[in-house]
Amino acid sequence: MNRNRKDIIIESLTGISVLLIIFIIVSILAITIKGGWPNLTWKFLSEFPRDGMTKGGIFPAIVGTAFMTLIMTIAAVPFGVITALYLAEYAKENSVFAKTIRFAVKTLAVVPSIIFGLFGLGFFIGFIGQNMDKIFNGGVLKWGQPSILWASLTMALLTLPVVIVSVEEAIRTIPVEMREASLALGATKWQTIKRVVLPGSVTGILTGTILAISRGAGEVAPILFTGAAYYLADLPHSLSDQFMSLGYHIYIMSTQSSNVDATLPIQFATTLVLLLLTFSLNAVAVVLRYRIRQKAK
Amino acid sequence: MNNSGEPGKISFATKKFRFSDWFAERFIKVVAFMSIAFVALIFIFVFREAFPVFRMDVIQKVGSENLVQERYGEEPLTPATANPVSGSDIKVSKPSSTLLARVWMPVSDNPRYGLIPLFLGTLKVTLIALLFAAPIAILAAIYTSMFAKPRIREVIKPVIELLAGFPSVVIGFFALMVLATVFQDIFGYASRLNSFVGGFAMSLAAIPVIYTITEDALTAVPKTYIEASLGLGASRRQTAFNVVLPAAAPGIFAAVILGLGRIFGETMIALMATGNAALTSINPFESVRTLSATIGAEMAEVVFGDTHYSVLFLIGSLLFIFTFILNAVSEFYFKNLVIRRYQSKK
Repeated sequence: MNRNRKDIIIESLTGISVLLIIFIIVSILAITIKGGWPNLTWKFLSEFPRDGMTKGGIFPAIVGTAFMTLIMTIAAVPFGVITALYLAEYAKENSVFAKTIRFAVKTLAVVPSIIFGLFGLGFFIGFIGQNMDKIFNGGVLKWGQPSILWASLTMALLTLPVVIVSVEEAIRTIPVEMREASLALGATKWQTIKRVVLPGSVTGILTGTILAISRGAGEVAPILFTGAAYYLADLPHSLSDQFMSLGYHIYIMSTQSSNVDATLPIQFATTLVLLLLTFSLNAVAVVLRYRIRQKAK
Repeated sequence: MNNSGEPGKISFATKKFRFSDWFAERFIKVVAFMSIAFVALIFIFVFREAFPVFRMDVIQKVGSENLVQERYGEEPLTPATANPVSGSDIKVSKPSSTLLARVWMPVSDNPRYGLIPLFLGTLKVTLIALLFAAPIAILAAIYTSMFAKPRIREVIKPVIELLAGFPSVVIGFFALMVLATVFQDIFGYASRLNSFVGGFAMSLAAIPVIYTITEDALTAVPKTYIEASLGLGASRRQTAFNVVLPAAAPGIFAAVILGLGRIFGETMIALMATGNAALTSINPFESVRTLSATIGAEMAEVVFGDTHYSVLFLIGSLLFIFTFILNAVSEFYFKNLVIRRYQSKK
């Protein structure tokens, strides 16, 4: 083989790029762990912030993130699964309708997250919420303001493409023979989907859900003005309450805190919690997806 | 008898009409249609809030301006400075006429909503980020698909894709706490947070996007091309750069364009790491304020329905149109190019 010096230099340049990316990933992880680990105690996870948020824990932020992602999942997953079913089972490949849906899903996936925040503010809060107040509440402000419900629905819209893509991929790995067998036994198309296709794509639905949760837990821009709060003395009790979130907590603590240096350990520990959360979720999703692809082979 | 017999799929002509089947199909179709409706709704509602900018006139504007002034009191409102020529100042008659000004000063006696510094700032950060992200991601993709052994490849790909799972607020925090200090030590510039730090941090968000799509494009190049080139005695490097790379070029362009869209709309990293001062300068080590960061920083503090509120929505509309076009271009133009290329040469 003809390996001269130019080959070696350029090949190693490409290798160095890979190493550089891995180096950055490892250093983000290492620095976050180094800065956050000493502070990551049970007390930190289970306490409210104290003394103007310079001490104490992040319990309300964890609970807020959990509630928000829960509501988001309830909204996004059924929608995503049904849309994926349409794309994989019902849509004709070249129909304009199916192509338009695909393009719309792609668009939802690339629209900047801050636009979803604007949409949540203009549509959910300004249009739906304020009209709900007018009709049901006699004009008293309840729904026409930022709340956990609107933030979760905004986030659901953002994570919808994640669910659709994962579920569709999983549905497509189910062999045609299984569908044909079911149809040949006299089952209708819907019965086939209900009894064969959906049970066969449970792993895919789970993967999509996990990826959506990981994405939703980490995004901050969409909830900046649709429901996240700087500090709350109480956990959210109803859907119209505001909430604290891990990502938003990191953002305000590192940029708007009264004493950024003193709260540095809190910031690092919060970042570590968020990173561990999204990281472990992603790792589970990678394993599940690998299994789906192995099964398809 | 009414069941839809789709061409190419199994026909149900002999089956009885079943309501559950009929209903399931209609229901699924309607829900699927909602994705299109959502995109349309985003369009409508972001534009709806932006539109009043072009209709607001001086009276409305002066009123809301005073309101803003008293509420936040960034500068003390003294009688001498409070609109000395109240009413007769026709120069700033319409807020929309200040959109092309060179100053972004939304909260002041004489608010000016000049988008030019924001545009320039976004452009500068995007360029810096792309200059880092595109070469690194493309070279890494070439290594992964051309030079790496299959077993190493299986490891590299998921590891790099882990970077896509880092929330942007974490990358922003890393840039704010670590990168800013490290870069300041190396280059010794004055302002700690600037477009260079922000751009570098944003490249971390764009690298996995560009890497994944480029890698897919390179892998999609027919194996026969590679075998033919190697068979003629070309080295792997020559094959990678003279055969595979040109063949995958449209896919790589699409990757870079999607990476560009990711950078352009990135909010949290911009908010945390660029310094957020709306300056117009080409020095990469000066602070900038990007379009998306402006929305993120100011939306929480404006009055609902105010001029400033509408201008922020206008910025959002521009961002949306821009990413929409980028996505459409990469989806239709480049994808067709890739398909045509392989079909005609196979």
